[in-house]
Amino acid sequence: MKILAIDTSNRPLSVAVLDGTTVLAAITVTVHQKHAEYLLPEIERLLAMADLQPTDLDRVVVAAGPGSYTGIRIAVTTAKTLAATLDIDLVAVSSLATLAANVPVEGALVAPMFDARNQNVFAGLYRIKQGVPTAEIADTHTDVTAFLTAVGEYGEPVWFLGDADHFRDLIGTTVSAATPAVSPWLNLPQVATIGLLGQKMTPVSDVDRFVPNYLRLTQAEAEWRAKNPEEDTGSYVEKI
Amino acid sequence: MILAFESSCDETSVAVIEDGHKILSNIVATQIKSHQRFGGVVPEVASRHHIEEVTLCIKDALAEAGVGYDDLDAVAVTYGPGLVGALLIGVTAAKTVAFAHNLPLIPVNHMAGHIYAARYVEPIEFPALALLVSGGHTELVYMPAENQFEIIGETRDDAAGEAYDKVGRVMGVNYPAGKTVDEWAHQGKDTFNFPRAMEKDDNFDFSFSGLKSAFINTTHHADQIGETLSKQDLAASFQQAVVDVLAEKTQRALADYPVKQLILAGGVAANRGLRERLERDLSSNPTTHLVKAPLKLCGDNAAMIGAFAYVAFKHGVFADATLNADPSLEFDWAADSAK
Ligand SMILES: [Zn+2]
Repeated sequence: MKILAIDTSNRPLSVAVLDGTTVLAAITVTVHQKHAEYLLPEIERLLAMADLQPTDLDRVVVAAGPGSYTGIRIAVTTAKTLAATLDIDLVAVSSLATLAANVPVEGALVAPMFDARNQNVFAGLYRIKQGVPTAEIADTHTDVTAFLTAVGEYGEPVWFLGDADHFRDLIGTTVSAATPAVSPWLNLPQVATIGLLGQKMTPVSDVDRFVPNYLRLTQAEAEWRAKNPEEDTGSYVEKI
Repeated sequence: MILAFESSCDETSVAVIEDGHKILSNIVATQIKSHQRFGGVVPEVASRHHIEEVTLCIKDALAEAGVGYDDLDAVAVTYGPGLVGALLIGVTAAKTVAFAHNLPLIPVNHMAGHIYAARYVEPIEFPALALLVSGGHTELVYMPAENQFEIIGETRDDAAGEAYDKVGRVMGVNYPAGKTVDEWAHQGKDTFNFPRAMEKDDNFDFSFSGLKSAFINTTHHADQIGETLSKQDLAASFQQAVVDVLAEKTQRALADYPVKQLILAGGVAANRGLRERLERDLSSNPTTHLVKAPLKLCGDNAAMIGAFAYVAFKHGVFADATLNADPSLEFDWAADSAK
């Protein structure tokens, strides 16, 4: 099975090409955040190095959010368009689980966090079970103290990843158990890992209707729904 | 055959165009109903809708045209101007399709697309002049030859379509207000004599903010003294002022730039008052012939993008996989223009 895996959820851009369990090429870049410009050229380059044509691909695995709205849209648009136009499988993985997959310690608790500003985070708590990150606390957009308090209640060592350094002091006061020191490398998505995991996952059933997992309504929608709680929130888009 | 994409604002559109002037399919998914909830386009909401629609539009466009990827010669896409997050969905999808099927990618300026909606009426003859009027733009574009565009005048503040939406809101008309204001205008009379801005200035620029303020002051004053004004007359007076400014400036531009065709294009080009006025003005012009973009191609659509992409293709204008959205893309100014 030939697999392309991509993640542009935040500043890092990560692309990998796999043939079954063999990683053919993988790259993670953090020097810029011009994903619109660089994602497709990197895919092109890695496939060429692996001596593969786009039409050789069997499956695309994408980190589908949460993260920067523009970032997750670029990865998801690229992935769903590739899957739709080549008629191949699309597998979606949480962008937080993608980071959690960096920890190869069976049974470990991993808390990947993305800074969402104003003391808010996108975060989840995962336990590594047979090498697969399994959600203990589902991905959420939340106040960071509330999240850390919930994590602290486990009373176990927790691997904090991603933007966790932004909240180091807070972690110290809310989580009493040990927090393993983390190499900066583990704070970056390495999509070869989700390329491997994604081979066993169930593909998205409706590629065309697939959208990123924003975990947040737009402000305009949230306000509108608060004012119109009765209104049907079905489809607002029509073909003309 | 070209597969064309458009997603610069609140319409997701994909079309299959043959030889630059035959529409095999033109799928348009509009988000108007969604943005009506907010009284105008909300960029983040627009981006989210585009990603819901884009691959469905591709499939529908190919199915309706009865073609497959093997039949295509190129992929084209609007890369600006527009909302950056909205543009990015079309650009990303188009680049991906081009890459997946090893097809050349043609970057298209949205405004060139609007002008080339006129190509579905008749071939464009040069030199030509285009009056482009939409929700985001109001400009006069001189085209000395194929694939050459020079701005000779543009709005200094609001676009004409923006002004329509703003006065519409004052009169309680839901976004987009153009159609209703146009209808009312035809039922009323120009009784308010709103200012015609910059009509006499020696350039081809437009301004609608003075008109908008005069309109708001008039209705505000009436509200304060408890007087009810005729919406029809207000609309007629507003529209007459807009049309006068657009038509006068266009006439003056035509005097300086003698052209074979005057092209009327853009969303506001569907306005009946404007179409009728230019028809009248041009009927006595022996050398310049008016070409109005077809009504159903005045709004944003991918067919118009495919029409211009055919020209770009002939001129060898291609992009690679690094193509990015350029939200403030615009034509160059004419070298000898007043600016
Ligand atoms: Zn437009």
